[in-house]
Amino acid sequence: MEKFTTLLSRAIPLAIENVDTDQIIPARFLKSIQKNGFGKNVFRDWRYHKDHRINSNFILNNAAYSGKILVAGNNFGCGSSREHAAWALTDYGFKVIVSSFFADIFKENALNNGLLPVQVTPEFLKVLLDKIEETPETQLEINLVAQTITVEGTSFKEHFAINSYKKRCLINGYDDIGFLLSKKNKILAFERQKGYPIDH
Amino acid sequence: MKKTLFDKVWDAHVVDAIEDGPQILYIDQHLIHEVTSPQAFNELENRGIPIFRPQQVTASADHNTPTQNQHLPIKDERSRKQLQQLSQNCKKNGITLYNLGHKYNGIVHVIAPELGITQPGMTIVCGDSHTSTHGAFGAIAFGIGTSQVAQVFASQCLLQTKPKSLRVTVNGTLKKGVLPKDVILYIISKLGTNSGTGYFCEYAGDVFKNMSMEGRMTVCNMSIEMGARGGMIAPDETTFDYIKNRKFAPKGKALEQKLAYWKTLATDEGAAFDKEYFFDANDIAPMITYGTNPGMGIKITETIPKINTPSFEKSLAYMNFKKGESLINQAVNYVFIGSCTNSRIEDFRIAAHFIKGKNKATNVTAWLVPGSKQVETQIIEEGLKDIFTKAGFELRQPGCSACLAMNDDKIPEGEYCMSTSNRNFEGRQGQGARTILASPLVAAATAIEGKIIDPTKYLSDVFV
Ligand code: SF4
Repeated sequence: MEKFTTLLSRAIPLAIENVDTDQIIPARFLKSIQKNGFGKNVFRDWRYHKDHRINSNFILNNAAYSGKILVAGNNFGCGSSREHAAWALTDYGFKVIVSSFFADIFKENALNNGLLPVQVTPEFLKVLLDKIEETPETQLEINLVAQTITVEGTSFKEHFAINSYKKRCLINGYDDIGFLLSKKNKILAFERQKGYPIDH
Repeated sequence: MKKTLFDKVWDAHVVDAIEDGPQILYIDQHLIHEVTSPQAFNELENRGIPIFRPQQVTASADHNTPTQNQHLPIKDERSRKQLQQLSQNCKKNGITLYNLGHKYNGIVHVIAPELGITQPGMTIVCGDSHTSTHGAFGAIAFGIGTSQVAQVFASQCLLQTKPKSLRVTVNGTLKKGVLPKDVILYIISKLGTNSGTGYFCEYAGDVFKNMSMEGRMTVCNMSIEMGARGGMIAPDETTFDYIKNRKFAPKGKALEQKLAYWKTLATDEGAAFDKEYFFDANDIAPMITYGTNPGMGIKITETIPKINTPSFEKSLAYMNFKKGESLINQAVNYVFIGSCTNSRIEDFRIAAHFIKGKNKATNVTAWLVPGSKQVETQIIEEGLKDIFTKAGFELRQPGCSACLAMNDDKIPEGEYCMSTSNRNFEGRQGQGARTILASPLVAAATAIEGKIIDPTKYLSDVFV
């Protein structure tokens, strides 16, 4: 996993609530057995019309906006457990998703792929959306070490929460498998103690 | 200290805790399917890590399978490849796979309970959010992403922060024609789609005590639709009777020991929950959804609420419905009875009971998709298939089918589908498809009438 400490980038405002994983990556694109290549179909049915023409009304197709940060409405990532949603967002180039609320599984999937979910207050989210919509060149600074999100060059700043174990993982680029394997003896002892029918 | 059902099961599975971090939770059963497992197998193979406990993994092909002519090679090349990959991965790693056509094949959340794999007090995970279904047995069961599938492959454990606890109590007696699906759609319509996020939910009260295992599975299945990772119901005699004699259920002395343990799992009197909600069974009626998330539900006789937010309006525009309108008599051309929410034998019995002696409306295409091969067999053996066929319904072969429309079972653009599945998201059942969620009874009635009606008016006294 790639390391993450700070990011300064422009952002794309997606002022829609309850963005579900079926919108992020529709089921018909889940037939791949690889992790890469999903970015071209992220938000497919919002980005393109059914006849494959580009939907110029959708924010990702608006050339004025760009950046590695997606600022989205409340309850982002609800729905299915498909990690393809996180893969599609990172493959498209996003490093951070900002929302006032994230669905549980999506949040874990994002963290497991070095995609940082930054949860802000609804008031701050509104400030962000307004600022970016008004001035697309607005840059946001995400500092994972200090756990802050700042509108660059302004005093608009908020602290965000993150589990300290996950923070360490992101900063160091570690993933959970290595950690779990280092606990193998404890796991074996647990199985033995609980009497799992396993040959030790 | 007084403990909840959830605490008891959770605490019994904690291997170790990380200081100011998550806990290491041991997983008893890991269910896998073709869509969310291939990248996890790849990951382990690339890193040279073996599967730690293959005998605790069960696989089924379900998401991407055709529901017709399952004996023939799959036409869609990418679907075929995905299934081949699952077979190869399972074979290589010694994992039991119920492949397409196998007598135990079906949707993972239907087959594991059916085979007695799902048991009280277990921890169960699957790369699928509706793993919450298994909570009906008093198990901690929740959906995980593919990175976590790889973690469980490697260590039979997951790093998890203990969620908060939530209890939903529904007391009283359900009215005639009100099914478990209505109960959960009602709860979600009251609480909203993110009220459960960060929580594990227990369902308690008369309504769940008196509910069949099939009904309890329908309820727990949709816990994720209010944001909760999972839902649970305390195991009782109904649970034990369901499990006894199933293929992988404990037998004889082992069963006695398990039963003694299972009986200790119920929440202690006076145990505290972080959040509690109470509802009255008498207020619940047959439900339908009118929008593009499962929280947008009303009693079938109610009108669409008047809410002035852009998200609400966007949703209604997609559905082509108006604020304040009633959906009674709304024409519907597609009906889908299936999915891990409502594809068990009881669901088809209810549908057949209503359909018997009637005919499907000519405008309606109706797909009945059993949750498993065993359910399919039972439908045939109980004579339900004849009832369906005579009425003009099409009984298909098991799988997820139109629930997520990964295979050919797609609803055309702009069409309404009365569906017993769990998600009415934009495009969920096909690009531009409009989904209305309901119980198998409402779905059956819609198929007969070709439009939305209140089925309770037509029920005989003997009806559930
Ligand atoms: S039936 Fe639908 S909800 Fe259930 S596992 Fe299949 S795709 Fe998921």
